This record gives sequence, C-alpha cells and structure tokens, in this order.
Amino acid sequence: MQGLKAIFKKELADHFSSYRFLILFALIWMVSLVITYMVGMSIKQELQNVAKPKFVFLLLFTAQSGLFSFVQFVAFFGPLIGLILGFDMINREKNEGTLSRLLSQPIYRDAVINGKFLAGVAIISIMMLSIVLVTSGLGLNLVGVVPGPEEIGRLIIYLIVSIVYISFWLGVAILFSILFRSVTTSALGSLAVWIFFSFFLTLGASILAKSAVPAQQADNPEVILQQIELQRSISLVSPMVLYSEATALIIDPTRRTTRNFVLVGPMEKFSQERFSGPLPLTQSTLIVMPYIITLIAISALCFAISYFVFMRQEIRSV
Amino acid sequence: MSNHSQIIVETQELTKVYESQTAVDHVSFQVTEGEIFGLLGPNGAGKTTILLMLLGLTEPTSGQAKVLGIDPTRDSIKVKRYIGYMPENMGFYNDLNAIQTLKFVAELNGIPREEASWRITNALTVVGLEGEEKKRVGAYSRGMRQRLGLAELLVKKPKLAFLDEPTLGLDPEATINMIELIEKLTRQEGMTVILSSHYLEMVQKLCNRIGIMIKGKMVAIGSMDELATEKFGVGDEEYTLEDIYMRYFREA
Repeated sequence: MQGLKAIFKKELADHFSSYRFLILFALIWMVSLVITYMVGMSIKQELQNVAKPKFVFLLLFTAQSGLFSFVQFVAFFGPLIGLILGFDMINREKNEGTLSRLLSQPIYRDAVINGKFLAGVAIISIMMLSIVLVTSGLGLNLVGVVPGPEEIGRLIIYLIVSIVYISFWLGVAILFSILFRSVTTSALGSLAVWIFFSFFLTLGASILAKSAVPAQQADNPEVILQQIELQRSISLVSPMVLYSEATALIIDPTRRTTRNFVLVGPMEKFSQERFSGPLPLTQSTLIVMPYIITLIAISALCFAISYFVFMRQEIRSV
Repeated sequence: MSNHSQIIVETQELTKVYESQTAVDHVSFQVTEGEIFGLLGPNGAGKTTILLMLLGLTEPTSGQAKVLGIDPTRDSIKVKRYIGYMPENMGFYNDLNAIQTLKFVAELNGIPREEASWRITNALTVVGLEGEEKKRVGAYSRGMRQRLGLAELLVKKPKLAFLDEPTLGLDPEATINMIELIEKLTRQEGMTVILSSHYLEMVQKLCNRIGIMIKGKMVAIGSMDELATEKFGVGDEEYTLEDIYMRYFREA
C-alpha cells in the first residue's frame, strides 16, 4: 500500500508540473469555453421574451454551435486526453532506466501500474470536473437559469460516465506503452485504435450490414430495418458509440430511446405522443444502464489486460 | 578483511535462459557478511542477470538463490527490503531534484518522515552533493548521478548493496571519488557488497573475493591470491588482476 500511495502521489505531481498536461488542459478549457459561450449566446437570443422551457440548462451541453456540442466534443476528443496521458507511462520508465530502480524497492510490481492508472484517472476526473463546472458557471451567467436538482443529478452521471469513457482510452494507451518499448510506436498504435473505433468502425458497420443483408428492393422496409439493426449492433463495438448512446439520454431528458427514429415501433410512437413530457432521471438511467455497464466492463477488461501483461514482463539487463 | 561467517547470499546451480540464449549457466557461489564480492566479466557474461535474480526481478529458469536465507522468487518484497541496488544505467526522474528523489525512495521504503529527512541530509553530505540538492537531477553530470545513487543506498541503509558498474562512464577523478565512497560505505555502514564491474583496478582494490564470469558460467572464484595461485602457481604479488582475468578469458 505504501508503494501505491507513493507512486500515485508522484505521478499526480508529475502530471501537474508537466507542460503536456498544462497545454492539454488549456486547450480543452479554451474549446469548452468557446462552445459554451456560443451556445449560451444563442440560447439567450432564442429565449428572449419567451417562457423558459424545462431543462434549458442542459441545452448548454447538448445544443450544437458551429461544429459540435460540448457532449460531442467530449465524445470525439475526450479519448485524446486518455491517450496523451498514458501513451508513454510505462515505456518511458523502461527507456530511462527508472523502472528497474523503482522495482528494486520493496514494493509490489502491481503498485506501479495501479498507481499510474489511478493517478491518470484522478487527472481525468479533475479535468472533466473543472470543465463541467466552468461550463456550468459561464452558462449560468449567460442564460440566467439555475439548474434544478434533476439537472445536477444528470450532470453528475454524465460526468461519471465521461470519466469512465476517457479512462478506457487511458487503459488502451497504457497497454500500448507496456507492449511497445518505443514511445512513438505506442503513441501511433493507440492513435490507430482510436481512429479505427471512431471513424472506420462506423463506416465499416454500414458496409458490413449492407453486404450481410443485401437489399434487393430498396423500398422493402423490413430489409432496411434489418440492415439498420445490424449496422447499429456492429457500431456498438465502438466505445465512442457506446458512450454517445449512454450519455445522450442522460444529458437530454426529452430523448426516450437510444434507437434511431426509423427503428421506433408504432407502440413506442404512440407512447411518445401520449407521454410527451421528459423522462425522469431514473428512467433515463435505466434505459442506458446496459451501455454504462458495458463501458465500465470494457474499461476494466482493458486495464486487466495491461495488468496481466505488465506483471508477466521480465526485467532484463539488456 | 572479513572475519564474519554468516552467509548472506547463496546460489546453487542458478540458471537463466532467455528464449534460446543462456544468460546464466549453473552458477553457484556464496557471499559472507561484510564481504565485498566482485563479479568480473565481459559484456553479456550474465553479471546483471544474476543481480536481477537475487533481487527477485527475474525468475531463474532453474537452480536456487537465497538472500539472507530468503528465496527472492518467493518473497521478493522481503528481500528487496534488505538490498540496495545501483543499476548500470542509473535512471532518475529528471524533473525531480536530489532531495525529492531521496524522499521518494524513503517513502517507498516506509521510512518515517523525520528519520528520512535526517538520513537525506547526512547522505547528501557523505556523497558530496550538498549545495547541489536543489538542482534538477536532469542537469546532473554522470558522476553526480552515480553519487546520488550511492546517497540512495545511504538513505535506505540496506544490509546488502548491489553495485552494477558504478564507475562506468566516469572520468578518472570521479572514478577515484567513487571508489573512496564505496570503501567508506562498506567501512562505516558495514554493508556487504556485490560489485559488478569491468574496471579491474577497482575490483582488485576493493574486493575480498572475485568471481570471474564468462558466457554465463562462473569460471573461477576466490581471492586474488587464490586465483593467481590457481592460474600461475604463485601468489598475487607477482600478478595483477588483469593478468589473471586475461588468462581465464583466453582459456574460455
């Protein structure tokens, strides 16, 4: 335990004093503030002389301004925070000769990887919490609407899911830093995984679905539905899709399903019309729970693989 | 030099095979308390691998090792509490200064804060780094880094120290300083030392007994006098360690 605590503290101090962290933090802050300012101004204009609707505060996070909304920004660029924090966590220690010195101290080997991962998660949490707080503060100032307890609850869940999502990518980066001795290779490897899951998988899902369920007649709704279902199932392999689906309902109470509109059946449409009010937080959470659990599971799995590989690696003299 | 008889390190048929390469081949030796034992051999002879196995960082393929009666493969944490290791490529966190580096080591070893603070001040004075303690380690010369490595040992106060090529890359003056420091370390702190080096003069000067390793095998073991008698039939007054080592090396 003493080893874990010492390494955790040292890693945390290293992050806080590194230019890499400061630049990353400044960059994310800047983008978040710009998005919030633009969204806040547009909400302010739209809602002038109009009774403010419910959950207007959450619009600060979901409404799109310019290129993307805050939620989309985190879904797309959040992984980069994890990757940047972790791509050289272990191989840098090996290359600089500090790992054998560290492991020659009376600490368990897993204290090294656990301490580093926990420090990374702490940094991600601090980063995300501060961004959400600043966005909320600025938005509050611009829109002039105080968030209710449910909105705060939704934001807290959103924050936790986002931390898990970014931690997954931190785990991926740590895994690559264990597998490859070269820092450049591990950085490129983890970036390639991010690009694959964020861009190519969704593209590939569409191609795969079309080839698996070829539509002979373009207007056959059953085949189209089958195709879309299959495409959606394949896309769910991507952590970005999982995260987007999990957070969409949490941060947007007016959404009632993670499904695409064409997939919503007649009964669901009927119920939507019947209950046009927003979903309560418990219901939203229940709907996305499978996604949240999957996200936690893949993060744990990724870290478990890193742990296993690291524990089995031998310290060699050359 | 050593009158103690307690065995601190003992290996029996210790072997390490990496894929198809045998790094250490059935090596057996003993080191007794208070002794400075020299491991001599060319690059790739298996000296560092032996040290790593004694630390419990690498598992032997076969054979056995005992450090203070403990098997490092089974209880490496306990063994590492008694050993101070100065690796060949002394890696430090370049952004930390000497005090922060030593504090981190003290914390990893569970040394109470006040005790650690006293030990750090003392260690920095002994190795001659007082006045440089606030400088980033990244700005240190190789000699200063080696001295910081020794300071780490003084903070930890282990029973046994593994010094792997402690004078590698040092200029002559720094080398002499390092040898004096190692002598001081063993005399004042009563540490048992296993010293791995290429620097024959230092090994001859410091070590009570020497083990010569070639291609993973321990080809000879004994005091200078014993080695000289074995190879040349006369005592070490006539021969230097270089003569003895070269004879073994050529024969191997």
